Amino acid sequence: MLLITTSVGATRAFGAKVASIARPGELYALEGELGTGKTEFVRGFVNEIDAAVVVRSPSFSIVNIYDTARFPVYHFDFYRLHDASELDEIGFDEYLTGDGVCLIEWGTIFPSVLPPHTRPIIFRDRGPHEREIRFNFDLTGTGS
Amino acid sequence: MITLGIESSCDETSIALLDNETILVNTIYSQTEHRDFGGVVPEVASRAHLEKIDRLAQSCFTRTGIAPGKVDLIAVTDSPGLAGALLVGISFALGFHTAWNIPITGINHLEGHICSILFENTDVAFPFLALVVSGGHTSLYRVDSLDEFNCLGETVDDAAGEAFDKVGKLLGFPYPAGRFIEEEAARFSGDISQCPSFPVARCSQGKLYFSFSGLKTAVKYFVSGKNPSEVARQRPALCRAFQQAVIDSLVANARLAARQNGIDRIALVGGVACNSYLREALHRQFPDTAFTPHTSLCTDNAAMIALAGFRRYQRDKLRRPIMNASRTL
Repeated sequence: MLLITTSVGATRAFGAKVASIARPGELYALEGELGTGKTEFVRGFVNEIDAAVVVRSPSFSIVNIYDTARFPVYHFDFYRLHDASELDEIGFDEYLTGDGVCLIEWGTIFPSVLPPHTRPIIFRDRGPHEREIRFNFDLTGTGS
Repeated sequence: MITLGIESSCDETSIALLDNETILVNTIYSQTEHRDFGGVVPEVASRAHLEKIDRLAQSCFTRTGIAPGKVDLIAVTDSPGLAGALLVGISFALGFHTAWNIPITGINHLEGHICSILFENTDVAFPFLALVVSGGHTSLYRVDSLDEFNCLGETVDDAAGEAFDKVGKLLGFPYPAGRFIEEEAARFSGDISQCPSFPVARCSQGKLYFSFSGLKTAVKYFVSGKNPSEVARQRPALCRAFQQAVIDSLVANARLAARQNGIDRIALVGGVACNSYLREALHRQFPDTAFTPHTSLCTDNAAMIALAGFRRYQRDKLRRPIMNASRTL
């Protein structure tokens, strides 16, 4: 499916929509260049579940964990990683089998570490305010 | 009194030895120092720490001629940071503690950064403000004592150092990009008013938050669509304007925090505190009451951890390192 957003608010609203159908154990791999709205998507997603949580970029910390009322959200950023083996050492597998939802920025740079049920979301730039967002799961929550 | 400091909370592995508050040796193994040696990339992996920590410690003892058994206190960063990375430092420290029966204390990484100003300003009066600016942090703290510091405000998206690194990537600089952007900005000789103008996130209703994500995106759009030679020609002005936008935001919040708290003493710490324009701007805003560590003590290092440990020893506040390291920075 293709979605065009024309504001940061619309990208967040898409995140909120995905949050409303998300279930523990799911993994969303976010792909897109710098400044295409990956973190804004996560902000919309997390704040839909818990408005009080402050979503920050995990580029430096690699993973931020938000303990929301519904399930924990594991907000990863692979931006600084160079090698899939680095993920072994931060215990990435443990998050996959966990009780929460993984949202992974730059999530498709190591395809080999992603489980088969991964849902990719691709962000593309169409100018200063316009973003093209591609995904292939069902937003109504009745299955993908 | 000899204190052994150990820091491994993120990218840097560092070991230091202090004699009271004098640094005898402060070794840091980081990607920055080793870039010139070909292909050593930043590694977040705990194995990277594990491979270096022994050699660093050995070199500290060899260079100072101090025998390991002569250490009087061990201070190790135990939070916050990446769990695996922290555990390397903590395990090493606990092993050393057990083998030589030397007292040990855990240190909060932030407490260490705050202590970094005390090497050159040993008796800064409390309370003071601390502006912590690095790749992972952009926060303002009120420091009432070394046992009590409270966050007044922090970034709501990207850290300032992260903004430097990401804008650096857009402009073609290596990681970490802070030093390159500063050097490029210094090549701009014109008036700042001739530079491109970038938005600076302003606080609303007296709130002390920072935001740098929009600034990053603004630089991206300034660059996009321009041909590479045009970008290269404008790069000094771009770097100057970007850097100034970050500094304006940091200084504006520092000024606001000072007014709200009635405190004019302020410490600038963390990796971005190396930036000479930022240091100057803060000193201009707080003449005589802005405190900055030596540039060699801004990025993560074990000397500041050792000093925080020594100060804990003096206050009789040693505490066992916490092993269940928090999972985020």
